[in-house]
Order: sequence, then structure tokens, then C-alpha cells
Amino acid sequence: MTSTPKHYENILEIKELQTSFFTKELEVKAVDGVSFTIPKGKILGVVGESGSGKSITALSVLRLIEEPGKIVGGEIRFKGENLLNKSESEMRSIRGNEISMIFQEPMTSLNPTFTVGQQIGEAYKIHQGLNKKQATEKSIEMLKLVGIPSPEKRVHQYPHELSGGMRQRVMIAMALACDPELLIADEPTTALDVTIQAQILDLMKDLQERLGMGILLITHDLGVVAETCDYVAVMYCGKVVEFTDTKTLFKAPKHPYTVGLMKSIPPHDHDIEGDLSVIQGSVPSPAEMPKGCRFAPRCPFATDMCRENLPDLMTDENGNQIRCWIYSDEWDGDPEVNVHAETERTS
Amino acid sequence: MFKFIIRRIIQTIPVLIGVSILVFSMMHLVPGDPAQIMAGESAPKEQVENIRERLGLNEPLPVQYFSYIGDAIQGDLGNSMRSGREVTEEIGTRFWVTVELALYSTIVAVFIGLIAGVISATRKYSFADTSLMLIALFGLSMPNFWLGLMLIQWFAIGIDLPSWVPFISDTSWFKPSGWGSFQQVVLPVITLGTGSAAIIARMTRSSMLDVIGQDYIRTARAKGVKERIVIYRHALKNALIPVVTVVGLQFGGLLGGAVLTETVFAVNGMGKLIIDSIMARDFPVVQGTILVVALLFVFVNLLVDIAYRFLNKRIDLD
Repeated sequence: MTSTPKHYENILEIKELQTSFFTKELEVKAVDGVSFTIPKGKILGVVGESGSGKSITALSVLRLIEEPGKIVGGEIRFKGENLLNKSESEMRSIRGNEISMIFQEPMTSLNPTFTVGQQIGEAYKIHQGLNKKQATEKSIEMLKLVGIPSPEKRVHQYPHELSGGMRQRVMIAMALACDPELLIADEPTTALDVTIQAQILDLMKDLQERLGMGILLITHDLGVVAETCDYVAVMYCGKVVEFTDTKTLFKAPKHPYTVGLMKSIPPHDHDIEGDLSVIQGSVPSPAEMPKGCRFAPRCPFATDMCRENLPDLMTDENGNQIRCWIYSDEWDGDPEVNVHAETERTS
Repeated sequence: MFKFIIRRIIQTIPVLIGVSILVFSMMHLVPGDPAQIMAGESAPKEQVENIRERLGLNEPLPVQYFSYIGDAIQGDLGNSMRSGREVTEEIGTRFWVTVELALYSTIVAVFIGLIAGVISATRKYSFADTSLMLIALFGLSMPNFWLGLMLIQWFAIGIDLPSWVPFISDTSWFKPSGWGSFQQVVLPVITLGTGSAAIIARMTRSSMLDVIGQDYIRTARAKGVKERIVIYRHALKNALIPVVTVVGLQFGGLLGGAVLTETVFAVNGMGKLIIDSIMARDFPVVQGTILVVALLFVFVNLLVDIAYRFLNKRIDLD
């Protein structure tokens, strides 16, 4: 085993990650050159539509991609070390210990045949070598931490005896059992109703501040991002199209796709006149991926240049990243284009 | 749990009444007169009539049925027309022979079926999977009396091996008939268990494949659980739920299969008793034995339902 470098600023650094699924005829590039970083103790939100590669990116970090999927390139640096060079047993000692994950569906993500305590306790048994009694005690502590009432009773219950919100709390307790340095939360609140969503997000944020871990939060809900995240990566068709801090993203979104996403949120401070704005068209199928910018077919500003050439991810002086020709010097369209106004008009 | 068991025992009553009516009427529908058979082909008419009177065969069928049931409730299944001994006594020792045969076969079938099913499921579409499922299909399609005869041919009568094979000269390792010693038990158990092993293997495979795709298996992996434990602890426990149903039903099937297997291997169990009694139109024995088998089947399924409760916590028996 290589020794851990003592000094690292980013808990997670993903560089040019490529994960593909192979069928007989074609290779579907679910994640196609994704890069982003999460500084120590910060929360990064990854947003995008279904099929944009968010969840696959998350599963790639834990190397839990199953056949016929495969990580084909790139680097995933956790505390400075590339996880793609680790052996399976090294990965196992990281999973659930240094990096853990919460899934979207609390209803199906817990094993119906084991008690809550058995499932949380398993993490302690594997990573800390605790015996059954110690593991149960620790599990009760964790249940208390995530705000489950009468944890001494709940610890011996089965998942079907708990509500959805309770189960997600159990999932969080399980994920945080071994004090991970990075928590991956894959749409942790999507399956829950709104009041419970807020509770779970508050809980995660609170625990994050107390325990000082980094969080990779996957969501398709920009509201969740605004409330919780320090940084945001917007994904479209397996690529990051915009990466910036949350404030900047909401104040001045740059990518036409991001702007489109923002416009499609119903405003809550005044009534909507007419229809809600929509992004025209739909996500292209992996077999018919456009040659140039992936968003070009749906983009109101697209020029021939956009349709022919794929833009690179460009970094500005503040470290914000954007993948769009409009912000390059080579842009061949209207140099005075205003992405915000245009989107408003076309909608 | 206790309430559930009581309820289930009460539920068996209509089942047993149904079975007894069915068996009773079927026995009276088959051609052949027990009195004539008992008296012999050339017996005078009066003698046959005497026997018929003595056995109560001249009474109307419902009367015969109710007097039979009345006795049965008190544990009296009547007397054999052939031997004159009590039916309960006839069943007595034979009961345990058949239970042993079915039980050993089930154990062997579950053991082989589970292992084969799990291997197949975890290596989907591999060479091992394909060959195991092919063998299972073969095991499933083979009539067990034929398999029994082949096993007797190969491993009881034995095949003489050429002289260059070291240590062994022929393959007559087991005995072709009887029950009790290890050498007598092996072949009937294989004969009877093969079909069930095949069904259990196929069931386990599909059930495991279904479970392995579930979210909670991914959760276990994300927790850092070893793959072997993911499969045998997290997945198998869930995959067993439908398999247990099949095992319960199979056990009933094995009781039926025992009829053929016991005949092929001349095992003196309930199956052979039923066959011999049907041949002799020995109504009381046939009825009694089938009732006992039905009771056994119902009992095994009660055990299966209780086993469910331990596997699937969502089932609340009460």
C-alpha cells in the first residue's frame, strides 16, 4: 500500500472520468470526461436531467459499476490517491468507511430480512472489528444522532416497520457509522415528500458541519442545490457543462442549459403568467449523440460552429468552469448575445 | 404464532374431508369387486355374498362413508381385507420408511439445488451456468422410474471395468433393493431427489438473479461487505423465500414419487403399500394410507409457512 500524502486540499478530485456501458453493437458513454473537485469539508452538488450520468459518476467513485459497465479512463483522486489503482480489497476497506453512499430509494435500499441494527452494525463489524454487542450500542448512538426517536426500540425493528423518512435516516446513520471523510448522496430526498425532504437535508447539512466531511450531493432539484451546496457541477449527456460556486451559479448562470434549468423552476414569489418555460427537445439518445456540443440541438444560440465542434471545459480567472462556445474568443455568433434575455424571449 | 398453528390445524379438516370423499368414491368407481377377489375366481356365489355382507359392502355408499369416517376420527382406519390386520398397523412401520425416503431426498435436493442455483446465478451465462442448467433440465425431464432402473443397472448390478482401471474392478457399489443400510438408501434417494434438485436449482437461480439486482445488494457492497458475504448472507436469505415454497410443494411431490421409487427398489414403504393394495382392491388400506399421506402433506406445508415467518419478516402470521 502506498502511504497517504499528508497534505491534500481536495478530498475528491475527478479528472476526465470516462465510464461506458458496452452492448454487442455499441459503447454507450454514460460518463464522458467528467472533471470536478470537492475541497475538504465542502458540499458539491451535481445537477442534471435523468440520464446525464450523475449517478454513474457517483457509483464510479466507489467503483461499484456493474457489468456491462466499465470505467474506461480518467482519474479519481481521493485524498490525493487514485482510487482506480486500488485493489478490490483496498476498495472494500474504503467503502462504507472512508467514503460512504446514500441512495435514492430508501424503500428498497435496506435489506428487508435484517434488522436496522444488524445493517448499521455490519459497518462497525467490518471496518472496526467490533463484536455484536458493541456494534448494537454504536448503532443506537447513530440512530440517536440522526434523530430517530426511541432508538433502543428501533434498532431491533425491520425496515418495513419504518416510514420512508425514517428509513432514509437509517441509511444516513449507516453511511455515517464509520465517520467517512466523503459522503456520496445520490438523490437522497427525491423519493420523500417535501416536509421530510427539508428535514433530511437539514440533518445532512448539520451533520456535515459537525463531522466536517465532504459531500457529493447528486440531485436534479436546483432548490436543493441552493439550500445546501457550496459548489455546483451541471451535467449534460455525460459531461460537465458548468462548474462554479453556488452563489455565482444562481446570480449569473452562464451555460444556456443551466439558464434553461433555472427558467423552468416555477417562481414562488409571484404568479406565473402563461406557461412555464421549457427547454425545447429532449436529451439525445446515446446512439445518436451530436457531433459538436451535446446541447446544440436544443440550444437557442447554436451556430454551425456549435453543431460541428465540441467545446472544451474552459476555466476563468475565478476558477469557474464553462463548456460553451459563447464564452470563447472563437465564438462565431452574435458577440453581444445575452443568454438570459434570449432564453426569456424564446420561451 | 400459536394462534396461527391452531387456525391452520382447523383448516386441515375440510381438506381431509375432501380427500377422504375423493378417495372413497374413486375406490368404488374402479372396476373389480373386493369380495370376489378375496374369495377367489371360482368361489361360489353365496360365499362371495357372505364376504360382501361381512364387509358391509351392501350398504348404500353414504352409509359406508360415514361409518368409515366415524371410526377414522377415533383412530380406527378399519382392517385390511387382505391380511385382516388393522390398517394403522399396516401403515405403522412403513410410514417412517417413506418419511425417511422423502426427507433424505429433500435434504439432498435442497443441498445440491441451492449450490447449483447460486453458482449459476453468480456466473450468469458462463460455461458453468449453462452446463448446470442443462443438467437440471435433464434431471427434470427424466422419469424417475427410468432413472431408478438405470442406476440399478450401473451401480447395483454394476458394470465390469477394463483391467487397466486401478483399484476398482466393477461398479456394483450399492444394493438394488430394500431399505435401511447406507448401501440400500443411496440409489432410491438419488432417484427420488434428482427432479426436485433440478427444480430447486432453477428456482434458486432465477430468484437469486432477481435479488442480486436489488438496491439493498448495492447498499451492502457500498458498505464494504465482501462479495461472498453479499451473496450468501444478504442475497441468499432473500432469495430463499420463493425457494422454500417450492421445497414444500416438492416434498408433497416426493411422497407421490415415492410410489414409483419404492416399487422400483422394492422398498417396503407407504407407496408400495398403496400399489399392492390397489391391485388387491383392498379399500380400507388404500383409503387409510392416502389419508395419512394427505395429512403429512398438509403438515409439511404448515412447517413451510412457519419457516416463511423466519425468512420474511413482513409476513405476520397472526
